[in-house]
Amino acid sequence: MTLYFTKEHEWLRVEGDVAVVGITKHAAEELGEIVFFELNVSANDVQLGDSIAVVESVKAASDVYAPVDGVIVEGNPDLASNPELISSDPEGKGWMLKMKLTKEAQLADLLDANAYAALIG
Amino acid sequence: MSEPLLHTPLFSLHEERGARMVPFAGYAMPLHYADGIMTEHQHTRTSAGLFDVSHMGQVALRPIDGDMARVALALERIVPVDVLGLKAGRQRYGFLTNDAGGILDDLMIVNMGQWFLVVINAACKAQDIARMQAELSGDCTVEPLEDRALLALQGPAAETALGRLMPDVATMKFMDARSGTLEGADAIVTRSGYTGEDGFEISVPVADAEHVARALLDQPEVKPIGLGARDSLRLEAGLCLYGSDLDETTSPVEGALEWAIQKVRRNGGARAGGFPGSDLILTQLDKGASRRRVGLLAEGRAPVRHGAELFATNEGGSPIGVVTSGAFGPTLQSPVAMGYVETAYVPVGTKVFAELRGRRIPVTVASMPFVPAGFKR
Repeated sequence: MTLYFTKEHEWLRVEGDVAVVGITKHAAEELGEIVFFELNVSANDVQLGDSIAVVESVKAASDVYAPVDGVIVEGNPDLASNPELISSDPEGKGWMLKMKLTKEAQLADLLDANAYAALIG
Repeated sequence: MSEPLLHTPLFSLHEERGARMVPFAGYAMPLHYADGIMTEHQHTRTSAGLFDVSHMGQVALRPIDGDMARVALALERIVPVDVLGLKAGRQRYGFLTNDAGGILDDLMIVNMGQWFLVVINAACKAQDIARMQAELSGDCTVEPLEDRALLALQGPAAETALGRLMPDVATMKFMDARSGTLEGADAIVTRSGYTGEDGFEISVPVADAEHVARALLDQPEVKPIGLGARDSLRLEAGLCLYGSDLDETTSPVEGALEWAIQKVRRNGGARAGGFPGSDLILTQLDKGASRRRVGLLAEGRAPVRHGAELFATNEGGSPIGVVTSGAFGPTLQSPVAMGYVETAYVPVGTKVFAELRGRRIPVTVASMPFVPAGFKR
């Protein structure tokens, strides 16, 4: 299991060829209380940078972008009724989706925990 | 290049309280504090919240010859409300109109007995002051009160909290105005606000703003509240945000603000018309307009926001309206919105659809306010 981060403030926990994806604690704090989460229904076989989900805080809607190429295999079923899990536990129970990696080499371009910590200062 | 952000007199207090500061109308303002928008919203609805609204403009209109009626009649040339009938110690909502019947800004007019206080939106300050100077200077002096800050204390516990420092506010009713001393400061207090709750707006000299704010925050009922909650509170209360829900292209009738135009200024009234755009506005008052601002409740939990187009059916067709404000309502625990629809879709209960991320979400036209007002009438 390896943990990666993106400059777009997402995290990926890679287990075999599947990545669990969510937003970082820093991103969750920036967004404020989350009131709604939804996978992008048209997102299935996605490429890096595609919008794969939307997360809404009281103030604004934000897209979540595919951190790497892959196939979305599952969304977090708890977020429909409890989107606030993204605020309260963004790197745990507030995970957003699982995707099967189709271009694992892209992982090398992501940040590790130290590099992400440096990014957000 | 953007101008550097202006600071209100409470800037350092906001930072000390852990505010997340954001640019708003040229000012650095608190979006929220450590508790977050949802908690701040709920606190205001259940206890009392202190808002810094010092970015708003305060303007004194003082008669040249002591004649308040002359100033009132001069103001009536630029606002369609009954200013002459506004008694000393009372406040009234109004707006500046343009020749096309659109709204240049919405504002509050307070009769302070010997002068009028006009409170205007931050983003419109320069334009409003220029307009008042151009239109009113023959009848009164137009003095921007740049040395005064403005605080709002809002919520059901506002009277208790402010009453400890200024006991006679308990006898004030909604839209009463009074001057007095608050923590040694020369204060102007009105029983009003923009949250749908009971509460007060408190004008004090800039030099006193911080210690007055601290004294209010020392009251156990009171927490500081940012602009984020101010927006969700006013939206649940069905109140307009100038620039989003009202602008130069929306008339008062389209904006569902007929209640603010008293009979005396309408057709058949003693001082009917005589303000910019009066022909169009008075005609619309009699015959209605082709579109109207309504409340909108969307199905599901996804907020429908500013700019979303509204349709009559769940696919195809041309837009029949647009959402002008939308958010998640923390008190309702559901999305709330307002927007403009064509007349046929105005009746409460009408089903329309809002386009959201390429899909159409069922939306029902609803009466406002969404949350009952807590005003002390």
